[in-house]
Amino acid sequence: MIATLGRFSLWLAFAIAIYGAFVSLLGVRRRRPALIESGQGAVFAIFGLTTFAVLLMEAGLVGRDFSLEYVARNASLDTPLFYTIIALWGALEGSILLWVWLLALMTLLTVMIDGKRQPELIPYVTAVLLCISAFFLLLVTFPASPFTTMLPVPLDGRGPNPLLQNHPLMAIHPPGLYAGYVGWSIPYAFGIAALITGRLGEGWIRTVRRWSIVSWAFLTVGIIVGGRWSYEVLGWGGYWAWDPVENASLLPWLTGTAFLHSIMIQERRKMLKNWNVALVIITFALTIFGTFLTRSGILSSVHAFSDSTVGPLFLVFIGLILFFSFGLLVYRSDKLQAESDIDSLVSRESAFLANNLLLLGFAFAVLLGTLFPLLSEAVRGVKVSVGEPFFNAVNVPIGLGLIFLMAIGPLIAWRHASLDSLRRTFIRPLYLTILGAGICWFLGVRGLYPLLAFALSLFTAITVIQEFAGGAMTRRRNTGEGYLIALSKLTSRGRRRYGGLIVHLGVALVVVGITASSVFKLEQEVTLKKGESLQLGRYQVRFDELSAWQEPHRFVVQGSFTVFNSNHKVAEMRPAKRFYPAEQQPIGTVDVRSTAREDIYLVLSSFAQDGTTATVKALVRPLVMWIWFGGWVMVLGSLIAIWPDRRRALATDQVEERMAWQPGRS
Amino acid sequence: MTKKTKLLLGAVVIASTIGYLIVGGIKEAAVYYITPTELKAKGPATTDRAFRLGGMVVSGSRRWDPQTLKLAFSLSDDKEQVAVEYVGSPPDLFKEGAGAIVEGKYMNGLFRADTILAKHSEEYRPPEEGQATAKDHYRTLVKPPAARP
Repeated sequence: MIATLGRFSLWLAFAIAIYGAFVSLLGVRRRRPALIESGQGAVFAIFGLTTFAVLLMEAGLVGRDFSLEYVARNASLDTPLFYTIIALWGALEGSILLWVWLLALMTLLTVMIDGKRQPELIPYVTAVLLCISAFFLLLVTFPASPFTTMLPVPLDGRGPNPLLQNHPLMAIHPPGLYAGYVGWSIPYAFGIAALITGRLGEGWIRTVRRWSIVSWAFLTVGIIVGGRWSYEVLGWGGYWAWDPVENASLLPWLTGTAFLHSIMIQERRKMLKNWNVALVIITFALTIFGTFLTRSGILSSVHAFSDSTVGPLFLVFIGLILFFSFGLLVYRSDKLQAESDIDSLVSRESAFLANNLLLLGFAFAVLLGTLFPLLSEAVRGVKVSVGEPFFNAVNVPIGLGLIFLMAIGPLIAWRHASLDSLRRTFIRPLYLTILGAGICWFLGVRGLYPLLAFALSLFTAITVIQEFAGGAMTRRRNTGEGYLIALSKLTSRGRRRYGGLIVHLGVALVVVGITASSVFKLEQEVTLKKGESLQLGRYQVRFDELSAWQEPHRFVVQGSFTVFNSNHKVAEMRPAKRFYPAEQQPIGTVDVRSTAREDIYLVLSSFAQDGTTATVKALVRPLVMWIWFGGWVMVLGSLIAIWPDRRRALATDQVEERMAWQPGRS
Repeated sequence: MTKKTKLLLGAVVIASTIGYLIVGGIKEAAVYYITPTELKAKGPATTDRAFRLGGMVVSGSRRWDPQTLKLAFSLSDDKEQVAVEYVGSPPDLFKEGAGAIVEGKYMNGLFRADTILAKHSEEYRPPEEGQATAKDHYRTLVKPPAARP
């Protein structure tokens, strides 16, 4: 029943997507509003049908309908309800179903929000989005159908992969990442619509601004939470391994970041029109490429939980996207002329240009490093991989350059910044940064890169604080408001600017966290007898005992450890190994004790079977929490930047926003 | 020099710096995949480079000392065997008779591995008939406590 209904609704949605794309194009070509409306009706219908399909799938999972192959593979009678519900995105078929649904939702929102504002573009936007939907619907109707049935019906299912039912973050990480990936379809669709109609001015840029920030923020959440999942579940003590799937999520984030900055230049100075369209095309293609890498199993990865046959289809789809999009771009190149020129090398434009170059260089290096084994095998016939050393050697210097630009970019004037204004803006942050770097040196930070990373992050933080403080002071002087009111009004009058600055502050926090936790990491692995301790930095870790018990869906062996800081007890920690019935090997469960200062991280790597000794891996990593916190600060900044204005675009507001954009006013 | 030339010059400088970093990075970090047979064929010419060696863990070759954490085993590709040494706990996925990839250097007939790359199998095959699962194996040996902590 579920299977039949589910397959039927997906087939119907697929047919309607093709129909909707067709009538939207026909309607706008023949100038027949009725057809365009019918195309928008298709968007509503697809949303309804895919919602129905998702609900059916959830009903199958929660009702443990093992006649569905997907349910039999990803749920079992013992699996807790929470992990049964989120098993929707535990494997390929369900993930693509979720993808389809998110795309349907966002298409619907686009039509509802922007349908009236962009009447010329929206039919094309609808058509492009429906074509993308059709591709993913094709995947779930035929090669990766979540509603495939199996006979005989098994009595119990296999349950989700233990790594995916070990941590509640699995509820956020994949959907966040998917929402980020899917979200970029909308700026892309507007870019293509702008190319087709030749309306390549600032109209489409203004419309996609919010969508881009939302998608970017979702990607950020997906990436940071994914790092945290890796850190707390995989038990290797790190959060980022330059693994192909991680890289795949970073690529659209990098090009998307470049896009968010370069569209500001087009808005302000009417330059870089073709560059912006190209960036949005690349970003969208990279989101599809990311899904391809995750789902095709072409490169082995810790995050790739499915091999499947959909890989070639994805490659064809990426090829089509690139061919049509760039073909269109070349065809429209006459309409993509810049209407002004760069005035000075010392200006915000050129800082943004440099930022774009560095971000793309970063992305290129990541892409090259990820695909290097494939490329070298294809070109030279030898399998060569480049691991972490490559990514660090290339991306750390580029990243430091980016942080520098991040600190100075928002404070340099558009067009031309005079030496005098530069001196006024940067003299104080510069002195404070030098002081801070000195303190870092005094505290034992050595090496050029770590010192630069701390100093530049500090520089960023100081300039951001200076902007907020200076702006609030001026406002207070002029209006007589209190400090807090002045600060909040200042922020709400220039949401984009101040939201962006908060994002920069978040990035600085993340960079400090990454640097400190990598450079000052302590690690030790030893076998302890009961009552013995190991010494790591300020901590002693004592092995107390080993215990074991049966839970409904797994068997657990747990070590108990007491952690002391110079004879003062700070924590009891219990890393474990869990044995799942369907698995040949145990799944480790790490125990992490986090403070703002540092994390203690224990892994039970092995134990004597009589329970007398345990081998434990202990790590102390400083400031890891800053990474997670910085990630949320970035999301907060994005939220501020997209928060809708209550009084919609009043003239006074625009003036104030423009004033807020003038740097060095203090 | 016009502004455009200056701008272009700046872009070229940035791009070539990135290019230089990439080329240098690849030279520095490239690690070749190699089989035991290929490694033996290269002989002493391989000492100063890191390799990724892939093969099957030979049954009966795995020895691990919990005190020193020294793990010794042999990797084979049916023709040749290479003795591997590693310091640390064997990863959960590491098993005799299963595939493993190690990264490290080969010196005097011994491959010193810094990393064992254990790929998680995506197949969740239920245990075959009569085959004791890992769970059963440990359950007999660790006595459950009276009450759960």
